[in-house]
Amino acid sequence: MSSNATATVVRTGAGSRFVIYTLLILFCLYYLLPLYVMVVNSLKPLSEIQAGGMMSLPEEWTVAPWASAWSTAQIGVEATGLKPFFWNSIVMVVPAVAISTVLGALNGYVLTKWRFRGDTIIFGLLLFGCFIPFQMVLIPMARMLGIVGLAGTVPGLIFVHLVYGIGFSTLYFRNYYQQFPTELVRAAMIDGAGFFTIFRRIMLPSSGPIAVVCVIWQFTNIWNDFLFGASFSDFDSQPMTVALNNLVQSSTGVKEYNVHFAGAIMAALPTLLVYIVAGRYFVRGLMAGSVKG
Amino acid sequence: MGFLDIKNATKSYGAVKVLHETDISIEEGEFLVLVGPSGCGKSTLLNMIAGLENITTGDIAIKGRSMNGVRPADRNIAMVFQSYALYPNMNVGQNIVFGLEMHGVPKPERDKAMKEVAELLQIEHLLDRKPGQLSGGQRQRVAMGRALVRDPDVFLFDEPLSNLDAKLRVDMRTEIKKLHQKLKTTIVYVTHDQIEALTLSTRIAVMYGGHVQQLGTPKEIYDNPANMFVAGFMGSPSMNLFPATIAVENGRAVARTKLVGGAEATLPFAEGRGFERHEGRDIVLGLRPEAITDRDGADRNSQSVHVVEAHVEVTEPAGSDTFVVTQMGGKEVTGRFRADVDVQAGQSFPFAINMDKAVVFDPETEARIS
Ligand SMILES: Nc1ncnc2c1ncn2[C@@H]1O[C@H](COP(=O)(O)OP(=O)(O)OP(=O)(O)O)[C@@H](O)[C@H]1O
Ligand SMILES: [Mg+2]
Repeated sequence: MSSNATATVVRTGAGSRFVIYTLLILFCLYYLLPLYVMVVNSLKPLSEIQAGGMMSLPEEWTVAPWASAWSTAQIGVEATGLKPFFWNSIVMVVPAVAISTVLGALNGYVLTKWRFRGDTIIFGLLLFGCFIPFQMVLIPMARMLGIVGLAGTVPGLIFVHLVYGIGFSTLYFRNYYQQFPTELVRAAMIDGAGFFTIFRRIMLPSSGPIAVVCVIWQFTNIWNDFLFGASFSDFDSQPMTVALNNLVQSSTGVKEYNVHFAGAIMAALPTLLVYIVAGRYFVRGLMAGSVKG
Repeated sequence: MGFLDIKNATKSYGAVKVLHETDISIEEGEFLVLVGPSGCGKSTLLNMIAGLENITTGDIAIKGRSMNGVRPADRNIAMVFQSYALYPNMNVGQNIVFGLEMHGVPKPERDKAMKEVAELLQIEHLLDRKPGQLSGGQRQRVAMGRALVRDPDVFLFDEPLSNLDAKLRVDMRTEIKKLHQKLKTTIVYVTHDQIEALTLSTRIAVMYGGHVQQLGTPKEIYDNPANMFVAGFMGSPSMNLFPATIAVENGRAVARTKLVGGAEATLPFAEGRGFERHEGRDIVLGLRPEAITDRDGADRNSQSVHVVEAHVEVTEPAGSDTFVVTQMGGKEVTGRFRADVDVQAGQSFPFAINMDKAVVFDPETEARIS
């Protein structure tokens, strides 16, 4: 890949290179500006913001807004801070991501290596499921959750995200396993390995890149989801996104922008962290199979 | 009843029948080669024996036990794949004993078996490496090792040498033959290389278009091909096939064919082959290149060497032999001359034709006439 890249790079003169880099740096600043605004304003007292210094660095640095957003700010009617909702989100995201990834891997394995009559139809339906707009399923889903007794609970939210997540995770793993040599599976069958043994010993050890892609994708989507969280949770099962909204919307007293900024950064941190830790696999996983070797 | 019995087996994918009724039976310890051009159904048949493809109709039995519905793992077979199919996440040693592990063999025995096989194939120094760190030839050995360690009833090989370079392929061919002579395990071996088929096998099934064209020993296949396809496919350079007509001269059957320039050659068949009853029939005459040679190179034991003056079109020196091309019946005909014969393109030269081994085909059905 790298040799390819160098071979196709267009040779540029110093002048045009200067222009390109200047433009890139300008764009970079432009995109980083909101983050800058959020970070600096979350670290200054409210009075400085009210005085109109949105862009300036804090004169007096303080972490009080962070502490407040985390544990004392008014969310809806109670002054709990975002902490309990952060845990709600974690407790929802981790199983939802884990289960949808594992099920997606199993589905992909079956759809490519244990093909059966009608498998393409099933795959088609799963794909179709990915692209049904969220709004359309709200009412039927609420009804279903009510019937099975999961309405307003974290397991209920996990279930909803699972249902939506499986389509994508199956798509990822199916396309990845399509490239996986079927002869390996056949060799393992002759060696005497069964369905799950082949999955565990042969398929999974080679699935690292696509699993990372899947985890990042699911984590970001589920963590950032607002609609399902707002529709299917009660006050004590609300995820972070919904709580953040409540924090910002709380109309009692003055608007504490610095606390809002701190809360918003908190809500974004986990996805950022996942990207930083696993991001380089993301590109690699998306490219896998497109380059031989 | 043989050791491996394929009875009336067929395979269809939907409406497409890729393998027609096939009957093959071999004894224990035989080396059966399935040979044929690409797409003829060799791998399909092998996979059916392995149980990786189910059979549409018919039956396959190993040691008298029908294999219909028996899982691949329970057939006591081992297979070497064309791509070697080594598990990329395991090292060589783990690859070799994975099958034993799956069959519940305890670790000490597995390690012992691994050592023996590694020694046999001279891959002891590779046991800790991953397949990605091996050369093509080494991977091939590991794949063989994985099969050997199982001590199965039947080995199945699907074009195991086709990914190797020419030199290594010849070496490994010899090694496989040696292994077979040593282990005496029944082998079914798929290849599209007719030389591999002839050198390795005790029995060959020549396949084409989903049909077994002929099943026989290498000698039978080479000397008495059942039809023009087998005649043309087996042997290198392939058998010369050209139109001729049967006539009877002095009570003896002869083949008449046209040479370059319109002259006619008369080639008497060996006595007692009974072609007299086909007098006047148009045929295709089949002669191996080694049956067409220079006068002094002709087989001294032959009863019916006949010399024909023919026009030399091309000569192709190939080191040990020189291939000399002329025309008979309007078709190119290649003869194998000794290398030191002085023969030039463009001249007329005596060709000694050994009719002992001539075979005769029907031009319509392409089947052999006896
Ligand atoms: N899953 C399938 N569905 C439909 N047709 C198939 C399928 N698998 C194989 N075939 C057809 O069956 C025929 C035989 O295939 P097979 O793989 O046995 O050929 P082969 O003799 O092994 O050829 P090669 O030397 O190229 O490996 C081919 O014409 C192929 O197109
Ligand atoms: Mg094949």
